[in-house]
Amino acid sequence: MNIEQRRKERLDRGIKVRTDGLYAIMSWRELSYLTLPRLVLILGMLALPLIMPSMYWQRVISIVCIYALLALSFDFLAHFVGLVSLGGALFIGVGGYLAAIMNTYFSMPPLLTIPIATVVGAGICTVLLLPCLPLRGVYFAIVSLMYPLLMARIIEALNILGGTDGIMGVDSFANRWIEQYFVILMVLLSLFGMRRLVNLDIGLVFRAVKDNDQAVRASGMNITFYKAIAVFIASAMGCLSGACLVHIYMWSGISQFALDFSIIPIAATVIGGAGTLVGPVLGCFILVPISELLRDFGTLRIVFYSLILVAFIVFRSEGVMVYGQRKYHQFERWVKI
Amino acid sequence: MDILIYGTINSIALAIMALGFALVYGISRVPNFAHGALYVVCGFVTWSLLRGLGLNYLVSIILAMIITGVIGALIYQFVLIRVRGMAISEIIASYAIGLAILEGFRWGGFKGMTYTLPVFVEGSITIGDIPVDLHRVVIVGICAAVVAFLWLFTHYTRIGLALRGMAQDERAALMLGIDSDLMAVVAMAVGSMLAGLAAILLLPLGNIVVEAGYNVLILAIAVCIVGGLGSWMGAVIAAFLIGFAQILTVVYLGSHFQMVVALLAIILTLILRPSGLFGKQKELEERV
Repeated sequence: MNIEQRRKERLDRGIKVRTDGLYAIMSWRELSYLTLPRLVLILGMLALPLIMPSMYWQRVISIVCIYALLALSFDFLAHFVGLVSLGGALFIGVGGYLAAIMNTYFSMPPLLTIPIATVVGAGICTVLLLPCLPLRGVYFAIVSLMYPLLMARIIEALNILGGTDGIMGVDSFANRWIEQYFVILMVLLSLFGMRRLVNLDIGLVFRAVKDNDQAVRASGMNITFYKAIAVFIASAMGCLSGACLVHIYMWSGISQFALDFSIIPIAATVIGGAGTLVGPVLGCFILVPISELLRDFGTLRIVFYSLILVAFIVFRSEGVMVYGQRKYHQFERWVKI
Repeated sequence: MDILIYGTINSIALAIMALGFALVYGISRVPNFAHGALYVVCGFVTWSLLRGLGLNYLVSIILAMIITGVIGALIYQFVLIRVRGMAISEIIASYAIGLAILEGFRWGGFKGMTYTLPVFVEGSITIGDIPVDLHRVVIVGICAAVVAFLWLFTHYTRIGLALRGMAQDERAALMLGIDSDLMAVVAMAVGSMLAGLAAILLLPLGNIVVEAGYNVLILAIAVCIVGGLGSWMGAVIAAFLIGFAQILTVVYLGSHFQMVVALLAIILTLILRPSGLFGKQKELEERV
């Protein structure tokens, strides 16, 4: 019996090692190694509205960005704070309804409604989710799953806020270029802001809460307080996207509490690469256009996402982005044992 | 008087919905977000056996429950077992499976008045001076029997004892030679069959609709949290609390607020007694 055993050896590329430290600024090659992926992302996103062939696909870009914001907030909560939110629709709905109410009832311009809806909506979501924050385990997932379903039902049953028809006649953005560049800039800002945030001191505390909350408490920090801050940040992103959505569609209704907004960000995060923050954005750019192409199939799309999600989580839980980063930073070879 | 009678019936219906979820969570620590989907699956399978193949009602009920149990076991064996212990993946995977099933049914045009199951027995009796249809009486009887059976099963059979051992301390159970993976599959199968049983008992009272899946999931979760996740007796008692609270709100406030009761119950429980009424042994584990 001579079974040859091999294993895959992975080594960091020399250039990656060199760019880890101060030497990164010594040569153009190292500089471009560091900045090229980021520049491709930024410039690519900024160029997207220009290269899209039709109005319809430009609108899709805006929707992609809205989902990307939601996916970012999901990824941040799940993989940096350890809170799995199954109800991204809650954030969208609260932000969207707030913006719609302020715009139609108090006739504020979008310039005011979006920031106010973001901050106030995040406050509301945080207060709503506060009871389950002192607890560990599945409580957050359960409660966040229930809220959007219930919100839709309450609005429907009490016939408040426009009932099943929703609130019509919300102002749109001044023109579609402003609309698209606004959401794209928001995605880029949130993306790089979050990347910075998780490496700050507070980000360290967040990750510590996820990994070992007892240690955090032993250090004399209030876990609930930090979790509340994290939920506030995440729901601010969600409410921002909700407010943008309302102003894009010029309409706010109970379909903003629908499952699409809960499941697509999760699917995008898992496919794009959990815990990378760039991955979810990438995942949205893969998933949402597919979803637009499959629009005719109705709710079958959700089935499709869910199955992809299960397949990815069971067989390829690392996601596209982690795979890409590995290929970029490391080379692989087979070695005999 | 009618509050008392219908409150009891409603509570027992809630208890039967929640038992399956409580069982699976208590034993394998996997929150089965596909519980509502399994409920709808069983209703659908019964309907198609009964109307599509023209089988006897009793036969199709038994077959449907077995099929639902097998589906639950397969979900665990092929998906959940691979992500076990990874809390985030567990939640997402079971939720996604549930969504896939429910939305699949919705896509298949599975809604409206056409899908109904017949009641077991026609007619009604009068308790006090309130008319109650016999089907609801049967529900109460069957549920009492099921709870009694579960209690006997978990206290006097080898498998039942093994399940309880795993629920208390999985590592100790492993050391005593209990196959924890197998037991978790069994628990999932039994939990799915309970979801199916709930469907068969409760669906004849209305139509088979996809929304029922979400409602059942929410109600089951509410009952389990109020009773303490993983505690079966707690689930039964919490079912009575929520059940009566629901009937009281329907009588005094209107039926719109019925679902809000569930949410309020969860929120209040989490604020006042986070580990639920009877979740004592897990208190330290879950509280940060």
